[in-house]
Amino acid sequence: MNHRSFLRVDGLTKRFGGLMAVDHVSFDLQKGNILGIIGPNGSGKTTLVNLITGFVKSDSGKVIYQDEEITGLAPHKIACLGIVRTFQMVKPFYQLPAFKNLIIPLYSSRVRKTKGGKYGKRGDVAIDLLEEVGFERDSFVPYKIAGSLPHGYLKRMELAQCLALQPEIIILDELFSGMNMSEIASTMPIIEKLKLEGKTIIMIEHRLWELFRISDSVIVLNFGRKIAEGTPKEVLHSEEVKQAYLGSEAMGNE
Amino acid sequence: MGIRYRQERIDRKVKARSDDVYALSSYREISYLLVPRVLPIIALLVLPLFLGVYWQKVLVIGCIIALLSLSWDLIASTGMICLGQALFFGVGGYFTGVLNHYLGLPIYLAIPAATLSGGAFCAILLSLALRLRGLYFGLVTFVLPMMFYRIIEATKILGGTEGLPALSRFPNTWVEMYLAIGIVLLCLFVFRRLINTDYGLVLMGIRDNDRAVMRGGINTYWFKFQALLIGSLVGAFAGAFMTHHLGFVGMSAFSLDYCILPVASTVVGGIGTFAGAALGASILVPLSEALRALGTLRIVIYSLMMTIFIVTLPEGIFHYLERRYHQFVRLVEIELEE
Repeated sequence: MNHRSFLRVDGLTKRFGGLMAVDHVSFDLQKGNILGIIGPNGSGKTTLVNLITGFVKSDSGKVIYQDEEITGLAPHKIACLGIVRTFQMVKPFYQLPAFKNLIIPLYSSRVRKTKGGKYGKRGDVAIDLLEEVGFERDSFVPYKIAGSLPHGYLKRMELAQCLALQPEIIILDELFSGMNMSEIASTMPIIEKLKLEGKTIIMIEHRLWELFRISDSVIVLNFGRKIAEGTPKEVLHSEEVKQAYLGSEAMGNE
Repeated sequence: MGIRYRQERIDRKVKARSDDVYALSSYREISYLLVPRVLPIIALLVLPLFLGVYWQKVLVIGCIIALLSLSWDLIASTGMICLGQALFFGVGGYFTGVLNHYLGLPIYLAIPAATLSGGAFCAILLSLALRLRGLYFGLVTFVLPMMFYRIIEATKILGGTEGLPALSRFPNTWVEMYLAIGIVLLCLFVFRRLINTDYGLVLMGIRDNDRAVMRGGINTYWFKFQALLIGSLVGAFAGAFMTHHLGFVGMSAFSLDYCILPVASTVVGGIGTFAGAALGASILVPLSEALRALGTLRIVIYSLMMTIFIVTLPEGIFHYLERRYHQFVRLVEIELEE
């Protein structure tokens, strides 16, 4: 085993009744790398994220972060250790203005440094973070009620809520789903910038083109099992991946 | 083809002007901000001077129910719908009763001691249900006061069905009244400030979406417990105060009335504003007293009026008044195309 791995997932398993949602999935992640996770719908990608971040308790297997086992810790503890995820379905606080959505993660024990107050420092930090994910600072957008923002903004606000915790590992659960092409084009540089800053990123994505362009390694899930792993190029040409995505009949007919 | 109208709500100019610190620059804006805050306070402070002995008692009971409603509203702001405010009320009442009756503690020690110990007791008891949400949490809270009611009835402890009689009462009705009013105002002020801080934002975040708060690195159970503790302290104080107001505590402290009245007051007054909870209590309690002359029909009329309140103003009276104060309504033409 590589002792220098930043995050190691070892034989993680979760069963929902008779369904193996995640079946002995293992992978290693080095600091500063981007790991892509792909797979057809229902292949267990989001469950894997839920297991790593503690939202769902695993049946067996280990998650080791910086040589420390974090399996089964409460979600808030894992978040405070620096492993923060976005939700596939956006979970904003709809009645609050966008920047106030960020105050809540800023209030966590991980980021108590910033001072509070009604229009105090936390508000300023929130606006800075929103600007980082492409909310125009001088417009009204950061002050608008979250419920009135378009979906693309909410997705990026999700990202900003993650960044508010100054995370070490960012898990992006289908960040691009529901975004239009121009929003994706403007979000890609943000992720590239995060990578340059040395953040470790796990990306779950259905938009393979963007994912393959940015990730260092990719794992492919199908029916909860890891069926392929490697660099984007290797995975792209793997027979199993083609089968999983296109179906075995389609392959047979060729 | 026809012209139809729709309503449009627009903020008053003075609201926009008094949103910022610049409001201090003019008397008009200052009074716009101060009148709705100061006027009710003055009214509440002057009111006892004009009331007879009977209505003074109603006022005290109104204040006690207002405290229970404030407690309910704070717990609800954190996403926990408590259907058993009588738990806090009864525990606070019996704790002070025991301290006063058996240990002979004077009133000014018994009430604070009962508030602290009773509040902590209820919060710890309810923390068992902290992981439950919505209706499930509500049901647990609903069952607990009934359980205590029956425990006292069955085991005949703490005076059984007779209750604990002849407890100390407040030496002076004026002290009692102004203490009740003062505590309600203080509680109202603190709660309204609290919910506007970042701490309050976290509490409301838990109500709206607890998973997102967890993801934000915040222990939602710890914060829910804190909200529950604050709420049960206020509730226990209300119960303790009531006990010494009546000079008696009995099983009725755990009765359904004290579960429903706070919820009804807050819903009638407007959820989530705290002022609404106090306003609701100050309407429902005197209303219930005023209808006493009607005898048995009282509950019928009372229920009907409450239904009408809630159906016609589901947002609550306070939300309605606040909106009318800040905004005016105008009609805008809309043209319908055939």
